[in-house]
Amino acid sequence: MARQMTGAEMVIKALQDQGVEHLFGYPGGAVLPIYDELFQQEKVKHILVRQEGGAVHAAEGYARSTGKVGVVLVTSGPGATNAVTGLTDALMDSIPVVCITGQVPTHLIGNDAFQECDTVGITRPCTKHNWLVKNVNDLARVLHEAFYIAKSGRPGPVVVDIPKDIQFASGNYVGPSNIAHKTYKPKMKPDQPAVREAVELIANAKRPIFYTGGGIINSGPKASQLLRELVRLTGYPITSTLMGLGAYPASDKQWLGMLGMHGTYEANMAMHDCDVMINIGARFDDRITGRLDAFSPGSKKIHVDIDASSINKNVRADIPIIGDCAYVLEDMLRIWKAKAPVIDKAAHKVWWKSIEGWRAKKSLSYKNSSDVIMPQYALQRLQALTKDRDTYITTEVGQHQMWAAQFIDFEEPNRWMTSGGLGTMGYGLPAAIGCQLAHPKSLVIDVAGDASILMNIQECSTAVQYRLPVKVFILNNEYMGMVRQWQQLLHGNRLSESYTEALPDFVKLAEAYGWKGMRCEHPADLDDAIKEMIDTKVPVMFDCRVAKLANCFPMIPSGKPHNEMLLGEDVSDEEVGRAISKEGKVLV
Amino acid sequence: MPNANPQTHYSAPAYSQEVVSRTLSVLVDNEPGVLARVIGLFSGRGYNIDSLTVTETEHEKHVSRITIVTRGTPAVIEQIKHQLERLVPVHRVRDLTLEGQSLERELALVKVAGKGEKRIEALRLAEIFRAKVIDTSIEHFVFEITGKSSKIETFIGIMMELGLVEVSRTGIAAIGRGASSM
Repeated sequence: MARQMTGAEMVIKALQDQGVEHLFGYPGGAVLPIYDELFQQEKVKHILVRQEGGAVHAAEGYARSTGKVGVVLVTSGPGATNAVTGLTDALMDSIPVVCITGQVPTHLIGNDAFQECDTVGITRPCTKHNWLVKNVNDLARVLHEAFYIAKSGRPGPVVVDIPKDIQFASGNYVGPSNIAHKTYKPKMKPDQPAVREAVELIANAKRPIFYTGGGIINSGPKASQLLRELVRLTGYPITSTLMGLGAYPASDKQWLGMLGMHGTYEANMAMHDCDVMINIGARFDDRITGRLDAFSPGSKKIHVDIDASSINKNVRADIPIIGDCAYVLEDMLRIWKAKAPVIDKAAHKVWWKSIEGWRAKKSLSYKNSSDVIMPQYALQRLQALTKDRDTYITTEVGQHQMWAAQFIDFEEPNRWMTSGGLGTMGYGLPAAIGCQLAHPKSLVIDVAGDASILMNIQECSTAVQYRLPVKVFILNNEYMGMVRQWQQLLHGNRLSESYTEALPDFVKLAEAYGWKGMRCEHPADLDDAIKEMIDTKVPVMFDCRVAKLANCFPMIPSGKPHNEMLLGEDVSDEEVGRAISKEGKVLV
Repeated sequence: MPNANPQTHYSAPAYSQEVVSRTLSVLVDNEPGVLARVIGLFSGRGYNIDSLTVTETEHEKHVSRITIVTRGTPAVIEQIKHQLERLVPVHRVRDLTLEGQSLERELALVKVAGKGEKRIEALRLAEIFRAKVIDTSIEHFVFEITGKSSKIETFIGIMMELGLVEVSRTGIAAIGRGASSM
């Protein structure tokens, strides 16, 4: 039923009708009418961030930990441009975000007005879709459409740009209805012949592996349940991308750990030597495949993806299946149970024996020390002391992120928030804030590096304002560790600008924001310190002083295939320096 | 070896394919920015555009038809098609070259200036090519010519010798043969 109201009222009404409880934003001239409406109601709670970039990452953390859409409200010009990194991040990792931006009044668009920028032009390549609303009567429909497009199909960020005069203008409000979009129709259910063919191939596999990704998480908790059922029914090994951690429990014996550039030896070797690869909701990213022409050369590949453009993009699929992971898994299970196939148990026994051989290499092992805290050890202790709690982990980007992926075990989906595709330093703290807001009673920890944390440090203030007791666990080695590691590998250990000479005193910095600050420098003190951090009811910044020059292993050097991994234990500095060929050096 | 697959950082994919030219027809909602979305996709992902034609073809439904001639390996063309289909305002994408015999036509306006023998020769050749004279003075002609791009190329090539001064071309419009629609 149509109702007359102003554009600004429509924004709030649409958010309420979409069930939005939290909104991350920052006010400014071009969104004042919307902020005025926000002030006069209580259903939608606004979280004031300290920079718009933080708002989008917070919305991402909120979305990824709940499965809901994250919502952002920012002003025109710099408000919108500050949001661009977060939008790109959400696009790369398929996170549903609705970002509402203010715009200068329609008659000023194109005039280089104060705080004007071409928001839809700038955000076109970094959103799933965007709109500039020039007629108030379109506004409600566009807002509901925005939510639908953000969360359906392959999720992603959308932008709705609303000029200030449209916010003041009056028009008809329409509620959310069953939107049958005229052009956008994501394909959820797979073609049955392809699924049957896939089940047949899976049943006849001798050296199978499940390779899963963020698509399982995005599909929802049901997809994770179905995946567990299928994997256990087959008894096959399973690995996952960075984005897919938690879909399958890390404590299970069929779990091989993460694969890819810093994945485990057993996961990568199994990918390389398998005869049937079952990719569900992953996209053959370059961090996963390594050198493409040597990627799993002897396998038939099943690729399940909701996005047809992901299929055959990097790696040819023998059986492509387009559809939502949950629907596909449901069909696979049904067909599998109906057929009750006889699988080649003898072959699988041999296959598991090879895998156990690779596992025995203990590729995540490192040389521990009783004098300095090894970063891996710090995370092992963090894992051990948090595993029985209701814990959510976010990260920044770099070595600490890869170590967290390696050493923290996830048993459930939606517990792990990290910037995978874009690799955005500064993601973790605002994402933790968004996550903590959605889960106020849970333990939310941002595993951070000393460089990354400074990229969105201002959000400490947001955590205090809303009493969000997030924990920031900084693996402080005074370096941009991953940059330094690559300089050692690629550039003769010339550490150009990767050392931070003037780091702040993180304890005092924390205290200045009203956080608790802690520091730990000796392995012997670590457990008690971590326990103290966990038990503290206010935000804590934990400055964990770790070994300065530790490298993240194992590693597939750039330009190398999966079966040429560098393992940490037996690699000398010289070998590290020689590991990447001239051709490999130009790769990222 | 040059990187045959621009979709990856890594050289030498296992399947190397030769580059082909394809004509794609794209039906889109004629909303603001839709052409920018299509063109941005091509530039952002490093695809080629050899020819591009766009105009609204169904006014009541606000549907436009975009005809794009592009080049790439079959794998890249498949990617282009799927990437286009991913754009929200896109109704349908058809690879007219792949789907069989399609009709492709282009219109060009060709200005030729000159006097005497050359001028007469230009007019005589224009008749052979069935080009119409749509503007003239005692020292120039503007010809309108339609046909396949190759015919237009040939005509322009000949006119170069006879005082060609300016060319404006529409780019290719294409449609499938037979009674069915896209």
